[in-house]
Amino acid sequence: MKLSLGPVLYYWTREALLEFYAGIADSGVDIVYLGEVVCSRRHNLRQDDWLGLARDLSASGKQVVLSSQALIESESDLKALRRIAANGDFTVEANEMGAVRLLSGRVPFVAGPHLNVYNNETLAWFAELGATRFVLPLELSCDTLRELQAARPAGMQTEVFAYGRMPLAFSARCFTARHHNLPKDDCQFRCLDDADGLALRTRDKDEFLTLNGIQTQSALVYDLSESLEELRGLEVDVVRLSPQSKNMLPIIESFRERCAGRPGAPLDGLRVAPPCNGYWYGAPGMEYRT
Amino acid sequence: MPSTVLTLCKPKTLRARARFKPLMPIPELVCPAGNLPSLKTAVDNGADWVYMGLKDETNARNFAGLNFDAKSASEGLRYAHAAGAKMLLAINTFPQGNAAPRWQRAIDEAASLGIDAVILADAGLMRYAAQRHPQLRLHLSVQTSATNYEAINFYHEHFGISRAVLPRVLSLAQVADVIKNTPVPIEVFGFGSLCVMVEGRCALSSYVTGESPNTRGVCSPAKAVRWEKHGDTLDARLNGILIDRFAAGENAGYPTLCKGRFDVEDETYYAIEEPSSLNAMALLPELAKIGVAAIKIEGRQRSPAYVAAVTRIWREAIDSYAKNPERFSIQPDWASGLARVAEGQQHTLGAYHRKWK
Repeated sequence: MKLSLGPVLYYWTREALLEFYAGIADSGVDIVYLGEVVCSRRHNLRQDDWLGLARDLSASGKQVVLSSQALIESESDLKALRRIAANGDFTVEANEMGAVRLLSGRVPFVAGPHLNVYNNETLAWFAELGATRFVLPLELSCDTLRELQAARPAGMQTEVFAYGRMPLAFSARCFTARHHNLPKDDCQFRCLDDADGLALRTRDKDEFLTLNGIQTQSALVYDLSESLEELRGLEVDVVRLSPQSKNMLPIIESFRERCAGRPGAPLDGLRVAPPCNGYWYGAPGMEYRT
Repeated sequence: MPSTVLTLCKPKTLRARARFKPLMPIPELVCPAGNLPSLKTAVDNGADWVYMGLKDETNARNFAGLNFDAKSASEGLRYAHAAGAKMLLAINTFPQGNAAPRWQRAIDEAASLGIDAVILADAGLMRYAAQRHPQLRLHLSVQTSATNYEAINFYHEHFGISRAVLPRVLSLAQVADVIKNTPVPIEVFGFGSLCVMVEGRCALSSYVTGESPNTRGVCSPAKAVRWEKHGDTLDARLNGILIDRFAAGENAGYPTLCKGRFDVEDETYYAIEEPSSLNAMALLPELAKIGVAAIKIEGRQRSPAYVAAVTRIWREAIDSYAKNPERFSIQPDWASGLARVAEGQQHTLGAYHRKWK
């Protein structure tokens, strides 16, 4: 199984992003997904910067994939999307159907986690459209994955989101701006304050969700590090780790070891929050089973 | 383009609004039918289309006591057709793994009953319907999350969709831009409970309860709700998660998980969305001018009384606009009638209005 690093879902400073990816260049991940998936207003790295980073990481031996924005609303969003789709050098991860239209029949692409590939028939259609890898939607279980794998078209790789706070929802509204009583159009980029998102707690102080601009994430960290043998048994090709601001390199190292069948370092103390894995077992996503 | 022809062709004796002939395309009115009484009420009050679901997980209002079996669907269809209205079957959840055949049977049933169109969300099902039942009209469900014309045109090229329902995320100008760039007639939400998240892209409910709109056709399902009284306060929990806490005298609404009060940096507020309804009636002239083909009313889970009130008021508003577009104004009794049935008794223009974002 290969290890991939998903796109950075938070808004970090330019320096923080460049430093993070400098570390990734020497890390044990095989595939790196790059680009801004959440919010078109975030611009600390521009498209050319992402492409430069893609070339650097590629030169370091990483397979680079450019991830497209998950919610496309405006002509300027479409313009940026067309540039990514036509980049000519790197594979693109399509995160909504507009991107699929621009890629299908032209180049092979990755069907991202937000495309709702829930069943065998839809997976077969994506294979015909030119997808060579798909990312299992987060809320699906190992039982559903087993059925998809049994019917998987030839040449289709399977990737599973296996570590990180889960992107659970997208909205037109920016919840970070709302929290700061700012209009979305003049958000003052307050999401820069929250390197791992803004904690939303219940009124009895349970850590419940994480606000990340227009995206809502789980507070808990999805963690399939104890299920990697099962993933291998299901012939999963790629295991995705979603970036957090700290400890990412030791987390990658631990997964690397575990993928090689060795006991990796414990992840307690490395995660930004306690783990969950309910979705994998067909249970509420927030649950954790050992 | 919106269908003026359909409006003009309705038998005059059957439908009050056919007494005049609109000179410009007027949006059709699409109303919810959770059961047969609601369907009849919607038709009686002037719906152009009614939409319904089957009694199972193939639709996004899979609630106990709601929806249709083959017999009631058949009766509903006769009733709608006799009055010149059309019927839509929503098959708008996503079959998982090997499960598609159950959803395919629902499509077969729609075709054999002669239902006017099916509302589909899953691409595999669209392909099945387009191949097996080429005469069956397909509408792209809001659950497909198609928010831009590239996405809508892609479904059109592949499956020949006849209409697309837009997610409740676009501003009015963005809706107009979509309409300008697609041959597919566009339907938008006009009234009802408001999803603040992009439809078809929200797993919050399964994160807490194991069941979501995509997988089981439910959000914040009633079986996971628990009410706890502690002295004067009332706690509303969803699978143990405290969604809201109501003081004595506060109106305790249903704990839809994105509409509760939560703490963010020690401030307690509706961090995601207030319990409010969408009401876009003030935008009706603009929606018509930009060429919206149909306006959809949410609420298959609501009572026949809700369906009656909302359908009647929107019918009157659309007819009034069609008669005299320049002088359209919201009548006080429409506003008060809609306010009475709105969730949380307050309403919003939602994403149509940029400030909401």
